[in-house]
Amino acid sequence: MLTSVRRIILVLGATLLSLAIGMSPASAKVEGDTIVLGAALSFTGKYKTNGKHTKNGYDLAVKRVNEMGGVKVDGKSYKLKVVYYDDESTPTRGAQLAERLIKQDGVKFMLGPYSSGLTKAMAPVTEKYKIPMIEGNGASRSLFNKGYRYLFAVLSTSEQYLAETINLAAEQAKAQGKDLSSIKVAIAVENDPFSQDVRAGVVDDAAKYGMKVVIDDKLPKELNDMTATLTKVKALKPDVLVVSGHSKGAATAIRQIAEQRVDVPMLGMTHCEAADVTGKFGGQAEYTLCATQWAETMTYRDDYFGSAGDYAKLFEKEYEYVPPYQAAESSASVLVWVDALKRANSFETDKLRDAIAATDMQTFYGNVKFDDTGKNIAKPMVLRQVQGGQYNVVAPTKWASDKLIFPRPSWSQR
Amino acid sequence: MSNLDILFQAPIFSVQLLLDGLLVGAIFALAAYGMALLWGVMNIINIAQGDFVILGGYVTLVLYQAGIHPLFGVPVAAVVLFLVGWVIYRSVIFRVVDRDLFISILATFGISILLQQLMDQIFGADIQTAEAGLGTMLLFDNQVTIGLIKVVAFVVVIVLATVLVVFLKKSRLGQAIRATAQNARAARIMGINTDRVYAMTFAINAAICGAAGALVVMTWVIQPFIGLSYTIRSFMIVVVAGVGNLAGVIAAGVGLGAAEQFAAFLLGAEFQIGFVFALLVVILLVRNAVLKRQRKYLH
Repeated sequence: MLTSVRRIILVLGATLLSLAIGMSPASAKVEGDTIVLGAALSFTGKYKTNGKHTKNGYDLAVKRVNEMGGVKVDGKSYKLKVVYYDDESTPTRGAQLAERLIKQDGVKFMLGPYSSGLTKAMAPVTEKYKIPMIEGNGASRSLFNKGYRYLFAVLSTSEQYLAETINLAAEQAKAQGKDLSSIKVAIAVENDPFSQDVRAGVVDDAAKYGMKVVIDDKLPKELNDMTATLTKVKALKPDVLVVSGHSKGAATAIRQIAEQRVDVPMLGMTHCEAADVTGKFGGQAEYTLCATQWAETMTYRDDYFGSAGDYAKLFEKEYEYVPPYQAAESSASVLVWVDALKRANSFETDKLRDAIAATDMQTFYGNVKFDDTGKNIAKPMVLRQVQGGQYNVVAPTKWASDKLIFPRPSWSQR
Repeated sequence: MSNLDILFQAPIFSVQLLLDGLLVGAIFALAAYGMALLWGVMNIINIAQGDFVILGGYVTLVLYQAGIHPLFGVPVAAVVLFLVGWVIYRSVIFRVVDRDLFISILATFGISILLQQLMDQIFGADIQTAEAGLGTMLLFDNQVTIGLIKVVAFVVVIVLATVLVVFLKKSRLGQAIRATAQNARAARIMGINTDRVYAMTFAINAAICGAAGALVVMTWVIQPFIGLSYTIRSFMIVVVAGVGNLAGVIAAGVGLGAAEQFAAFLLGAEFQIGFVFALLVVILLVRNAVLKRQRKYLH
């Protein structure tokens, strides 16, 4: 009798003890000599293409780091590995998978998904479990005004995407001796969070210079026709036209601006590369200014990849296509993890979080330094102009490899 | 200067908006006519209508990428979609024809999801477009510009609509389709194989969508997941025009197209689609009031 009672107590005690161990924050998800990172990416659905770029970016960085001896933490070398799930391009699925990665798989080091929408869905989960997430593909500024402590982004946020166009227009106007308040700005952006951020950045900078915003159209998501807006552009003759609406917006704008023979001295746009405007429309895309997070001609470098150009070469060798910036910023996210692990010299989540927050480094992708909200404030956006079918960096001046062609020649001269 | 002032001071821009609206509306009208046919004959509201359109676009895209001029996509996409429509009828739709409207909505919704995912798997999620390379027509000292592809599309729509009317009026199958639409049971008693009529109707609708899709990919851009907006647009046009009224469908299509352009110009693009929906409500209210008055006379 007594022995059986004792046995029950023993079993109960053991169970409780194992539960307690299970519940206490385990040191980290490290299997043997492998550090396991986790990511939910879009392998199917509408973000499939960019999900693939993101994965290639992560994989290339992991491969490179492992080839170069892995990460040394507390005197021991560890290899990296990423666990992936398919979020099907849907936010609810993304949130579920974040929960699964953390709770079931025990992942303590998260990499971001593709797109602001997915990041927005996953951030509350990583925040709840206090698991740091370093991401390179969620640019919406709404991610950085919620007071998240565990979310870090290596890319420039979306309100910076086309603000540089306005700076460039101001530079040109000054050079021509024009009054800045005479400069007219037209904005045509999609009615979604990302493009509205882009718009906010443009509006802020236009106000700073005292420029007039003469057209401010929000294109509905389900619309793929902007002829009415462009007719307005023809009527009001602005000096700058800014368009943002993902690939669909870029493709629609290039096609219809050419079709309607809209002459505007400066045309700035996002997602030119994603929409492959040079491949699809050839000469019609000429002289367009395209915002990009990164270009391979830039002079940043790091120990793992060398220069931006070296990264591009390595990527192309591995995957047989030119790396889009979505891949580059994904690789950079892995490098930030590596740097933080080394500096923290520990797998403790809190120490790691603080190490990430204190990041101050240069990668092939650009400088990385986070502000209190977790966004990278050390890297500017770049503008490339389509010149002879090539994307040439024309702004900011510090990184420019080519001269801006301004104004865009009118259609009758082409 | 308000946007309305622009139109008064430079009326030429109204011409631009009007022409764009009319030409673009015609393409929507084509898809809407297929929907009206299906609705009238089989009492099925096809949620996958827009996905048929996009699929037609992809068929054209395949030709285009193989180096064939995308205009050939109009007949080819129609034929391919005809077959697709026939297969879908034989596998799914025949089970839901005489059932409740909601069952068929559910079934076509399922087909819509399936088509979207298949197109995503096969063609990828990227934006695609086919350049017909026809250039732009410049009118009034370059003030008004019309993409020639839109003019071609308009002509194609008119030709197809005419062919359809003649087909439904004159051919035996067309007469069988109309008979079935009027009274399926009576048609069966008269020896019409209504099952075959349904299969042909569904396939013809898919073919119409295919042709419309070929025009869409040359005029705008396509992507596997934007079919639903074409479904909604077709639905709206049919609601305004009524089932079984081809001239009405074309008129409603181009009318809404033009109204939409003016709304976008005057109110801003964010109200473009909202305005059309508001207009729909007004039209339905007015029509209801008119019908009520007519009913009163009957008493």
